[in-house]
Amino acid sequence: MAAKNIPMREALRNALREEMLRDERVFVMGQEVGVWQGTHRVTQGLLEEFGPKRIKDTPISEMAIAGLAVGAAMAGLRPVAEMMTINFAFLALDAIVNHAAKIHYMFDGQFRVPLVIRAASGWGNQATATHSHTPEPIFAHFPGMWVATPSNASDAYGMLKASIRSENPVLFSESIALYSRPAPVVTDDPDFVLPIGKGEIKREGKHVTLVAYARGVEWSLQAAAELAKEGIEAEVVDLRWLRPLDIDLVLESFKKTNHCVVVEESLPMYSFGSEIAAQIQDKGFDYMDAPVKRVSAMDVPLPFAKDIELMALPNAQKVIDAVKEIL
Amino acid sequence: MARLTKETLLDWYRQMVLIRQFETRCDELYQNKTITGVYMHLYSGHEATGVGALAALGPEDHVITAYRDHGHALIRGVHPNPIMAEMMGKKTGVSGGKGGSMHIASRQHNMWGGYAIVGGHLPLAAGIAFASQYNDRPEVTISFIGDGASNNGYFHEALNMSGVWKLPVVWIIENNFVAMGTRIEDSTAQTELHNRAIGYGIRDGGRIDGQDVFAVYDSVSEAVKYAREGNGPVLIESITYRYKGHGVSDKTYDKRFADELAEWRDNKDPIELLRRQLQKKFKNIDPELAKIDAACQAAVDEATEYAINSPDPTYEDLISNVYVEE
Repeated sequence: MAAKNIPMREALRNALREEMLRDERVFVMGQEVGVWQGTHRVTQGLLEEFGPKRIKDTPISEMAIAGLAVGAAMAGLRPVAEMMTINFAFLALDAIVNHAAKIHYMFDGQFRVPLVIRAASGWGNQATATHSHTPEPIFAHFPGMWVATPSNASDAYGMLKASIRSENPVLFSESIALYSRPAPVVTDDPDFVLPIGKGEIKREGKHVTLVAYARGVEWSLQAAAELAKEGIEAEVVDLRWLRPLDIDLVLESFKKTNHCVVVEESLPMYSFGSEIAAQIQDKGFDYMDAPVKRVSAMDVPLPFAKDIELMALPNAQKVIDAVKEIL
Repeated sequence: MARLTKETLLDWYRQMVLIRQFETRCDELYQNKTITGVYMHLYSGHEATGVGALAALGPEDHVITAYRDHGHALIRGVHPNPIMAEMMGKKTGVSGGKGGSMHIASRQHNMWGGYAIVGGHLPLAAGIAFASQYNDRPEVTISFIGDGASNNGYFHEALNMSGVWKLPVVWIIENNFVAMGTRIEDSTAQTELHNRAIGYGIRDGGRIDGQDVFAVYDSVSEAVKYAREGNGPVLIESITYRYKGHGVSDKTYDKRFADELAEWRDNKDPIELLRRQLQKKFKNIDPELAKIDAACQAAVDEATEYAINSPDPTYEDLISNVYVEE
């Protein structure tokens, strides 16, 4: 299989483009996805290639973007709706939670809602409190939809294809900080589709399990590299999806290491970390040698000033510190 | 009226009587606790708007509505049995007992459902219409809207987007002057709701008499034709009146609006208006109408029996259809 080193935004674009070529029903809609070429340049060139019928610039109407995508999906299309940032998805929360996620169940299977809502997520760029959310766990709270949180360009490519091909609604979160990160991405297999709900061990180790997704994987890998210099071998579990949750992969690793640090960009209360910790104590209690530690964002709204903003953000050092606390 | 056959007119009458009797029965069954739950919203009083509007559609067209949805499903031809079974939360209900009164849908009838979040179905209507447009199919979507929903953000966003994309939707506001319990004058300074069309640059289908099934049919037919020809959406305001409270939990509605309610019931009842027109047009129609009344009663009786005798959903139903199997 041939591969090329490309940034995540280009990998996502390739996935979109190939799925649009494969399936006439796939269309893209969102704010500035066409003429502007995408605020994060993911949809660059797609308007020119596919035309305005399939690349739809929308008004600034998040409720209608998500809601229209739900209706179009019910009626047999494959919408890929973009929320310019995931912060704006709060405006569409009802359409996503009450409609996208519930319609299949509420009408007992009469309708399917095969849509993808792509959203740029993350913080650390002085975007301030309202534009600095990583609320993926909120969406993963609700049964009825999948939540994709890729950590690199190759995974993003295979996961977006899986999401577009899925018969279920998917909230697809794209970490802004990762858009420019290159990784080798397959170039000669348009059917490179990653399985929904399967995580991956990104680094093997035997002393501690670092459980992460999206940008947390990067911090975990950095921490693992540093810890290795001191003889501590950390295993990095990239869950890839918050729903379905590959808890078996976490438990498998935990049974080997007996120690766990959860690394998340999101807030600590009622969080991904809470969920992993709860499931480990429930299903892996006999293997626990120490409390499960969580490295999360600090429990404050995000400020503008750079230095104090970064204080609130997780990083590799915080992961290292947490590991040393429990080993 | 001339171009409508007797058969069609009697069928409209049948639909309206069926709805009235079905809703009356639902109310009784709720009062005697055969139907449980906290939400059930009856369509009594609105019959002419639903029947006249949907007579303008073909089976290939689409219908979506809010939670006051029993009538729209019946008009669309969904059998009363599975609708009543849904009221009682039975496995044989249209939505397997998982949706209840507010979520009556039937895919095969292009009845895309009742929706319980006020305004939530409006962008869905736009999406269904978008799919018709995308696939180059000459279908039209009718979306019923309560007057209350016209003050919600979904209304603004969905109508605006339907306008800019020229989607084949006919938006029909069923204006019964009261949003849950709040009068329209207390909800908006623009009480002529069809006027909002101008704000979205879409066709203003006007304010129509929603108790007159012919007026509704004529206006909606014209709007459907306009939308089907690719000219974009139309907004129609149909003036009607709710005979019952907002929902079954609204116990004081009859008292609050007693005089007004009596005025509408006595002078503007849509079924009575149609009955009188039929009597004027056809000699000795009464026995035929009585036969229809009795047939509707029998259908409602049958639906009640069917629902009562249907099995309850099980644990397997509780956990099924959360996701489509990957």
